Amino acid sequence: MSASISAREAILGRVRSAIAGTEQTSWEDVARHYRQQRPAEDLVGLFCERVADYRATVERVAPGGLTTAIVAAAHTAGARRVLAPAGVPHSWYEALTSEFAHVDDGTGIDTAGLERVDAVITTAVVGIASTGTIVLDHGPGQGHRAVTLVPDVHICVVAESQVADDVPDGLRRLDPARPMTFISGPSATSDIELKRVEGVHGPRTLHVLVTPDEP
Amino acid sequence: MPAFPQAAKQELANSQLRHNLANATSTIRHKRAEVVGELDDWAQLREAGAAIKSHTLSNLDTYLERFEEAVTAAGGTVHWARDAAEANRIVVDLVRATGEREVVKVKSMATQEIELNEALQDAGIDAWETDLAELIVQLGHDTPSHILVPAIHRNRAEIREIFQQEMGKVGTPAPADLTDEPARLAEAARRHLREKFLRAKVAVSGANFAVAETGSLVVVESEGNGRMCLTLPETLISVVGIEKLVPRWQDLEVFLQLLPRSSTGERMNPYTSTWTGVTPGDGPQSFHVVLLDNGRTNALADEIGRQALRCIRCSACLNVCPVYERTGGHAYGSVYPGPIGAVLTPQLRGTTSEVDKALPYASSLCGACYDVCPVAINIPDLLVHLRTRVVEEHRGWQSKPMDALMSMASWVLGDSRRLAAAQKVASLSRRVIGRKGTIGRLPPPLSRWTDARDAPAPAEETFRTWWERNRGSDSR
Ligand code: SF4
Repeated sequence: MSASISAREAILGRVRSAIAGTEQTSWEDVARHYRQQRPAEDLVGLFCERVADYRATVERVAPGGLTTAIVAAAHTAGARRVLAPAGVPHSWYEALTSEFAHVDDGTGIDTAGLERVDAVITTAVVGIASTGTIVLDHGPGQGHRAVTLVPDVHICVVAESQVADDVPDGLRRLDPARPMTFISGPSATSDIELKRVEGVHGPRTLHVLVTPDEP
Repeated sequence: MPAFPQAAKQELANSQLRHNLANATSTIRHKRAEVVGELDDWAQLREAGAAIKSHTLSNLDTYLERFEEAVTAAGGTVHWARDAAEANRIVVDLVRATGEREVVKVKSMATQEIELNEALQDAGIDAWETDLAELIVQLGHDTPSHILVPAIHRNRAEIREIFQQEMGKVGTPAPADLTDEPARLAEAARRHLREKFLRAKVAVSGANFAVAETGSLVVVESEGNGRMCLTLPETLISVVGIEKLVPRWQDLEVFLQLLPRSSTGERMNPYTSTWTGVTPGDGPQSFHVVLLDNGRTNALADEIGRQALRCIRCSACLNVCPVYERTGGHAYGSVYPGPIGAVLTPQLRGTTSEVDKALPYASSLCGACYDVCPVAINIPDLLVHLRTRVVEEHRGWQSKPMDALMSMASWVLGDSRRLAAAQKVASLSRRVIGRKGTIGRLPPPLSRWTDARDAPAPAEETFRTWWERNRGSDSR
């Protein structure tokens, strides 16, 4: 190529001449009359309802009942090998190891290892009530991104205090520097005659436990 | 590829296609209307979406530089590509540098636009599409016909046939007892692709949004194939049109509400992934962004045409378009079909070929596309604007401008519904029915005709209302 002018300079130059004479407004001038919040009378109730709308299983857990609920959810899924990523409360491991033969904390696990895991149990960082979305930022208790992708069952614990009312509120609670996964129901496709089918490449089952406690 | 009028004629004869399309578009239309109706601030979100994109476009140089800086600081590498050939060369070189002979791909309009798969193939690199619909299209040696549901023109029996005949040639075969149940077909795709996901060292993606402030990219999807590609391989290459930028992280609060509701009619799509450069110990450790111009700066230079660059590829305008519903996506001869294709493609490619010259005419100007567009792109206005351009460029204003205008005018005036539709465009800002049952001023270039004479006023019903009233499928 005749690299007398780099592609970068060429494109920026073309952009500049294309917008020359265009009125430049500041970002702050963009009108944002939409809702920044969408308060609901029963925020957690709405969150649960919206998550369930995606054909996910949602359960509200009574105070102190979390570990029992986690074990029960893993049993319901028919799991034998379970994974709870490093950073989940120690009580979870204790409860899980007393019930399941194979409990992994995900340290050093590779993709082939993940393929042998039946169910993964994680925390989350934010829940969004208006859309029924769970957000993972893959910090402690959530595992790296593949952990919640390869196994077929994802059991996710969301604390009531993590539930934001709407998308703007949810995004404000997140750190963009972290990799993030927004999850709304199980993996799904509607590509064949628009018939919805769950579990194409990601988990077929999403089981959400909503707890009043700090996980 | 024949120009739209001929291509449309062929496609119109395909009743299977029309049946599939009518079903699909009406289903999505209803879902969309329902979830949009849930938000009492939809009009404000739409206004903000349009304003953010317009603001970004008018400061695009600043935001591109800021984005490059942020990606670089986060451990990624930014490449710039003036056109398709340059973009393809960059991607091929990056893949070659890894020593790999195959890549997995997330569905991406930008890579379809530059025909990356063909370029990779020429370089001896296999590119596997991993979106179920794209897989159907690729295995069927076919081309996509819808932005969102690329295999919308195929029914389940055809898909089963394609899977049984083709999967085995390129990897894990379909099970021998495969039925045409959607769940069984999806399962076959899952097994076929799992092998490829687990093996691939390089992935290629597009992006729905790119945040200038943070250098973050955003991919919105349903199946999890996006997540597979974005996290399992060692190297990730994202090809991103320069119009995909938004200024700040906060701006996503608008687009993550507008996009899923407008496209699949869901409150939120199953998976949205965001990433910023590389994260040690999680996901690809080598990350490249190819910023693509390929005609976008041409569109940017046209003050009216520029608004097409606001498009977030939701496909809502396809699903409401009476012309698209009858002809399907292939007739447009463009990666971007439907109303948005009719205005975007001729701007990206220019209007020299017969296909591109015909595209601004592939519409009834009924205005439904403008009404649903989440970033308020005035597609009817743009169509008229581009028609003027086609006429100016190719008939020559000096030689026989009135011929072109007259033939267009006779086409529009030959049918009261078309005229009403054309008037709807005009009525957005002006009074169109003139004194005593004569028509008033039509939008340019028809204004050159109506300005000179009085014509009888058409029936009061617009094409749009007529269409809605007569659209049998909607009442089901
Ligand atoms: S033009 Fe508007 S409605 Fe059509 S795909 Fe783009 S954003 Fe969606």
